[in-house]
Amino acid sequence: MKFDKRVAVAKTGIFAAALVPFAALVVNAFTGGLGANPVEAITHTTGEWTLRLLIVTLAITPLRHLTGRVWLTRLRRMIGLFAFFYLMLHFATYAVLDASLDLSYIVEDVADRLYITVGFAAFVMLVPLAATSTNAMVRRLGPVRWRRLHRLVYAAAVGGALHFLWLVRADLLEPLIYAGVLAALLAARLPPAVKWMQNRRSKIAAARSAAPAS
Amino acid sequence: MLIRPPNDIQPSEITPRSIFRARRRFMRDTAGIAGAAMLGGGLSLLGARRAAALASDPDATGEKLEGVVESAWRTDEELTSYSYITSYNNFYEFGTDKRDPARHAGGFNPQPWKVEVSGECAKPGAYDYDDIVKPHQLEERIYRLRCVEAWSMVVPWIGIPLGDVLARFEPTSKAKYVAFRTVFRPEEMRGQTRAILDWPYVEGLRIDEAMHPLTLLTVGLYGEVLPNQNGAPIRLVVPWKYGFKSIKSIVSIEFTEGEPPTTWNLSAPREYGFYSNVNPQVDHPRWSQKRERRIGELFKRDTLMFNGYADEVASLYAGMDLKANY
Repeated sequence: MKFDKRVAVAKTGIFAAALVPFAALVVNAFTGGLGANPVEAITHTTGEWTLRLLIVTLAITPLRHLTGRVWLTRLRRMIGLFAFFYLMLHFATYAVLDASLDLSYIVEDVADRLYITVGFAAFVMLVPLAATSTNAMVRRLGPVRWRRLHRLVYAAAVGGALHFLWLVRADLLEPLIYAGVLAALLAARLPPAVKWMQNRRSKIAAARSAAPAS
Repeated sequence: MLIRPPNDIQPSEITPRSIFRARRRFMRDTAGIAGAAMLGGGLSLLGARRAAALASDPDATGEKLEGVVESAWRTDEELTSYSYITSYNNFYEFGTDKRDPARHAGGFNPQPWKVEVSGECAKPGAYDYDDIVKPHQLEERIYRLRCVEAWSMVVPWIGIPLGDVLARFEPTSKAKYVAFRTVFRPEEMRGQTRAILDWPYVEGLRIDEAMHPLTLLTVGLYGEVLPNQNGAPIRLVVPWKYGFKSIKSIVSIEFTEGEPPTTWNLSAPREYGFYSNVNPQVDHPRWSQKRERRIGELFKRDTLMFNGYADEVASLYAGMDLKANY
C-alpha cells in the first residue's frame, strides 16, 4: 500500500518534470526565446534530453543495488518513454526542417555521416523498445525474451553518446561528460561492481541495525 | 578577305569579368545616387542621402561610424537583423556556444589598438588603428556570410578593401601569402584560458585572395563601430570562404613566401583546408555542405558555389582541384 503510493507520487512528479523542457521549448518558440537559430535550438535541446533521460533509465538498476529500493524499477518505463518522446521530436525536427522530408537527402546523411549513422541506428533500436513497453507486450513476449530485447538500450545509449561526440567541432568537454557517466553506469552492471554495491548496502544496513536506538 | 589574327589582343587588355561587372554595377548605382541627389536639391544633400541609405536597424544603438559611403558590392537579399548578427556567432576566444561572444565580450578593450606589420614588405612596423584605417574611404558592403556549420546570414559590413591597405605596406615580389593573427588576451577572452584551439588564432590568404577587391578589412556593421563580439576593432571578411577564414581582432599581418599555418587546419587537417572556399560539392567529412539555413528562415536553402561570388572569384582557382584543395 505504502509502496504503491510512493510509486504513484514519484511517477506523477516525473511526468510533470519530464514535460518541463518540452513546455519551455514551446513557450520559447512563441516568444523568440530560441534565439537566432530556433531549429538548431530545438534539435540540440531535444537531443540532449533524449540522452539525459536514457542515462537516468540506466542509473536505476545501479541505484537499486546501492539502496535496495526495488520500487525504483517501476519508474523506469515512464522515463524511457519520455526519452523516446524527445527522440521522436529530435528526429522529426531533423527530417522535416533540416531535410525537408527529402528521402534521398536523409539516406545520404545516414549512409555517409558517421554521427548520423550511429544516431539513426540508436533511433531504430529504440523503436521496438517503445513498442514493447506495454504490459500486454511484456506478457506476450515473456519476461526472458522481453529482457533480452530491452538490452538494446545499452547499444542505443552508446550510439547516442557517440552521435553527440562526433558532431562537435572542437570542444569535446560536454559530450565527454555524457560518455563518462554512461560508461560508469554500464560498468556498474559488471558482476564485481554489482557485488561491491550489494556488500556496501548490507554493511550499512548491519551498522544501522546495530546502532543504539535513540 | 581580312582575317584578324587570333593573338592581337594582349591578355592584359582584357578586363576580367568580375571587374567589369563591378564597374557596371557601380555606374548603375552611382547614377541612381546622383539622380536622387539632384532631385533632392543639389550636391549638399549628397552626403546626407548616402548616409541615410546605409543599412539601419533600431537595435543598432552603438557608436556610429562617420563618412561611410555605399559600395557597389551589395546583395539585395533581406538583411539579417542586428540582434541576430551580434548575438549568434562563433568566436571561440569568448566560448564555444554561439551565444557566448555576446555574453562574454563586454570586458574586451578594442582601443587603443596596434597592428604589427611584418615579413616580405618595404614598410613593416607597428601601426595604430588610425594609421591603418584613416587614409581610406569607409564603405558599406552587404555580403552573404556562410558558416562552415551550414548556417548563413546577410550582413551590412563597413570596411575598406584589404588590398588597398596592404598595398601601402609595399609587399615585395616574395610576398606570396598573407598571415593574420588574433590578439591573445586570456584575461579578457575567457575562451583562451582553455586549450580548445591552439591560441592565438591564426589565418592566412594567398596574396591574390588578399588583394581581391571583395576582401574587406572590416571595422563596423549596420553603420556602427564593430561590436566586440563580432571581432572588434579590425577583422577580415572574405565572403566566398567559410566564416572561420574571416579572422577577428587582428593584431598581426605578415607577408610570407610560404603558405602560413591556419588554426582550424592545425586542429583538424582532414576537415579544414587552407582554402576553405564555400563549395556545395565538397562536403565537410562529418556533415553536408549542400544546403544551409539562412538565419531567420525555417527551411534550408541550397548553398551556392563560392557563396554566390563565383563570377568574381572563380578565376582565382582556375585549374585547381577544389576537392583536393578544400
